[in-house]
This record gives sequence, structure tokens and C-alpha cells, in this order.
Amino acid sequence: MIKVRGLHKRFGDNHVLKGVDVDFLPGKTNLIIGRSGSGKTVFLKTILGLFDPEEGQVIYGEGEVLAEMTKERRKMLRQEIGMLFQGGALFDSMNVAENIRFPLEMFSDMTEREKDERVKFVMDRVRLEGADLKFPSEISGGMQKRVAIARAIVLNPKYLFCDEPNSGLDPETAIVIDQLIQEITHEFGITTIVNTHDMNSVLEIGDHVIFMKEGHKVWEGTKEEVLGSDNADVEEYVFKSKLFKQVRQAFK
Amino acid sequence: MITNFFAGIGAYAVLMTKVFRRPDRWKMFYRSLIKEINILGVDSIGIVVILSVFMGAVVTIQTAFQLSDDPLIPTYYIAMATRESITLEFSPTVVSLILAGKVGSNIASSIGTMRVSEQIDALEVMGINSANFLILPRIVAQLIFNPVLVTISLFLGLWGGAMAGDLLGLVPFEESIMGYQLEFIPFENVFYALIKSVAFAFIIGSVSAYCGYTVKGGAVEVGIASTNAVVRACLAIIFANYILTDLMLN
Repeated sequence: MIKVRGLHKRFGDNHVLKGVDVDFLPGKTNLIIGRSGSGKTVFLKTILGLFDPEEGQVIYGEGEVLAEMTKERRKMLRQEIGMLFQGGALFDSMNVAENIRFPLEMFSDMTEREKDERVKFVMDRVRLEGADLKFPSEISGGMQKRVAIARAIVLNPKYLFCDEPNSGLDPETAIVIDQLIQEITHEFGITTIVNTHDMNSVLEIGDHVIFMKEGHKVWEGTKEEVLGSDNADVEEYVFKSKLFKQVRQAFK
Repeated sequence: MITNFFAGIGAYAVLMTKVFRRPDRWKMFYRSLIKEINILGVDSIGIVVILSVFMGAVVTIQTAFQLSDDPLIPTYYIAMATRESITLEFSPTVVSLILAGKVGSNIASSIGTMRVSEQIDALEVMGINSANFLILPRIVAQLIFNPVLVTISLFLGLWGGAMAGDLLGLVPFEESIMGYQLEFIPFENVFYALIKSVAFAFIIGSVSAYCGYTVKGGAVEVGIASTNAVVRACLAIIFANYILTDLMLN
């Protein structure tokens, strides 16, 4: 479980996060949505510990405050976190299998055979059979995202962070990636936090949806509750398109 | 501008404190080191060979042009002067300046690309000291292999000089060898060149890595960082050359 309490983050005069409180549900896909500039990415990076907040706390597990952790504990925590970056962030100089194996080489004490088996398991799980020796530049965007997911889960993380997992993907591949994230979340009991603009993702995998506007959390609920929400900000953001207006009317 | 310069020096120093830490996994460090020695060192042998042979030849021709008018100066003195020029200055400094261009741009662009494509963020999220993981093997590879390249350059520069002198009828080959051996003091020549090569290797590795690691933006900024890496490394080498020459020869 991850809890966020009264989080404030400023960059000079720019007050990006203005006291955000959220409880991310364990074993669920928690989606953060909002317009560009609403503070989603800063929020995600602050939870990850890549930015230090001026005020407020990020609490992991049973009350461990991120800012109060020792350097060693923070390092350990990093190994409990998997991260899927917007562009995949695969290492260009390594092939698919080496990319996935990398966290095992750095942090596990497994034997070479155990590492091989673990890599094969996660590759099969994200349906990457036969792509071992290909380099990131030789595979499609959708495959790159699957490799990034495989790398993120290879160490059995407790937490999975995804920054715009669907950006640059066609709608069909985007749904495949969404479903994969949700399957993995439920199968391995991971607390997943997804930062997205994609309303299809919200309706597809949004176990818990958090809507942010101008550095504040203005609404939260499930994907079903999004469709029935009367919140003016949610209405303006989610139901801007004709299609979603029709979806909402059909739901009501 | 002056403020930026000192801020840059400070940021470079802070980065180096992150670089010179114990690697998270020695096995991964050695693996990266071997790879970097191959990319940054072994792949540079070709250019060093060509550069050194022609550099030796040109130094011999230039020296002969200056000294051959005086019949009282023995021709092997031309070889001796060539040896002094090549070992004291040309091999360590010119080879390092050329490598600052080839290797420096490679280091800056490869690390810079990793920065803009979030690969460095990925390492940080995993809890890896990215500066140590990416930069230390490159600096150590340079420190190990630059002296090797300079040693190759010393031999080939002298050989090129002797060959050119012989082929152009300026200095017979045997007299070149005699001139090279005349009043030869290993410490003053070879050791001096190797000390310079180690200092320049550190400059090439660290300055270009700093330029790549601190890139912000996209592909255009990576290109700018690559150019900056070459310019800054060359300037730092020239400045360090002045200091080292003064320290070791005076």
C-alpha cells in the first residue's frame, strides 16, 4: 500500500503539487488522470522519490515514510519497485533478453540457470517468445513496452509505476498493453500506479481512478463511478468527446 | 559567464564524487570495462597508427628542413630532435587531442542519448548509481588504454620518421636509429609521455562524460553536448599540458 499525505512540490515560483492526499489501493490498478500540466508526472516522480517534496509524506507499506528512510532502505525499496517509462527506456546496447535480465544481474543472488528460467518465465508471461536476441531498435513500439514490462516485473516488485504506457501506440496495441498491466497487477498482487491521458485505459483497467487538476486531487473513484460522476471537472475532462458523451448516456 | 563556469566546475566535481564509488556489482563493472576498452581503445588503434606514422614523417622532414643547411650538424641530430619532439609533445598531446575528438564525442553522445531517452532515469529508479555505473568504466578504460595508444604512437612515430628520412634521402635509417638512442633518458622521455597520457585520459573520459550526463532536452541537445565535450576536453588537455610540462621539465 502507498499513502500520500499533504504533498507539496514547488519548482521555483511554480507550485506544482498543492497538498495531495491519496491512498493507492494494494493489488489494484490505480490510474492518475488529468490534463497536461496538472502535475501528474511530478506527482508520480515524487512518489518514486525522484523529487523531494517540500511538505507532506509518501508512506510505503506499513507506515514507512519515504523521506525518513535510510539510504540503504531506499535502495532496497527501489528493488521493490518496477517502472515502465513512457518511451520504454530500454538499454539500446542490450538485446531483449539482456534488458530483462539486467535487474537480476544487478540485484539477485540467483544462479545463472535460475536467472535464465526467470527471464524465460517473464518473457513468456508478456508474450515475447522468440524475441530474446533482438535489439530494441529492431522491435515495434508495442513489443518495446512489453519488454519494459517484463524488465519491470522480473524482480517480483511490490509496486509497479507506469508513465503513459500507451503513448505512441495504435489503439489495438494500447488495449493489449492495458490488459497486460491489469493481468499482471491482479496475478502478482502488485500495487500499480498508472499515469495516463487515455480515457480508454480508464474505462478498461481503472480499478481506482484519481483525477488531478492544477496540483490538486479533485476526484477519485472507480471506472464505473467515472461514468456516473457529476463532478464538473471530471465531466469537462472525460466527456469532452462526442463518443464518451454517448458512452455515458448509454451507461446512465 | 564566469558564474556559469564556476557552477560547471562545481557540478563536475559533484558528479565525480558520485562516479568514484564502489561499483554495485564488480561483475557488471568488469563486463562494462572490457566493452569500453574495446569501443574506446581498441577501435582507436587504426587512427593512432595512421596519425603517428605521418606525424613522425612530418616532424623529421620539418626538422631536416631547419637543420640540413648547416654542414656542421650531423644528420643523426635530426633524428634526435625528432625523438624529442615526438616523445615529449607530439605523441602524448596530439594523440590525446585526436582521441578527445573521437572518444570524447562517443562518450558524450552515448551517455547523452541515454539521458534523453530516460535510460538513466530507469537506472536511478532501480536504485543503481547511474553515474558510477556508466562513467567509471569509461574513465578506467581510458586510463588503461590511453597509455597503450601513446606507447604505440611513440614507436610508430619514430619508425615513420626514420622511414621518411631514409626514403627522402634526408637521414639514413641507421643514423636515425643512432640519433634516437643518443642521450636517451627513459624517465625524461617515455615516462614523461606516459604520465601525460594518463592525465589526458582522465580529462577525456570525465569531461566528455560530464557533458553527456548533464544533457537536458532532445537529439539537438545531444549533438550540442557532443561538440561541447570535444571543445572542453581539448581546452582542458591544452591547459593541463602546460601545467604538466612546467612541472616535469622545470
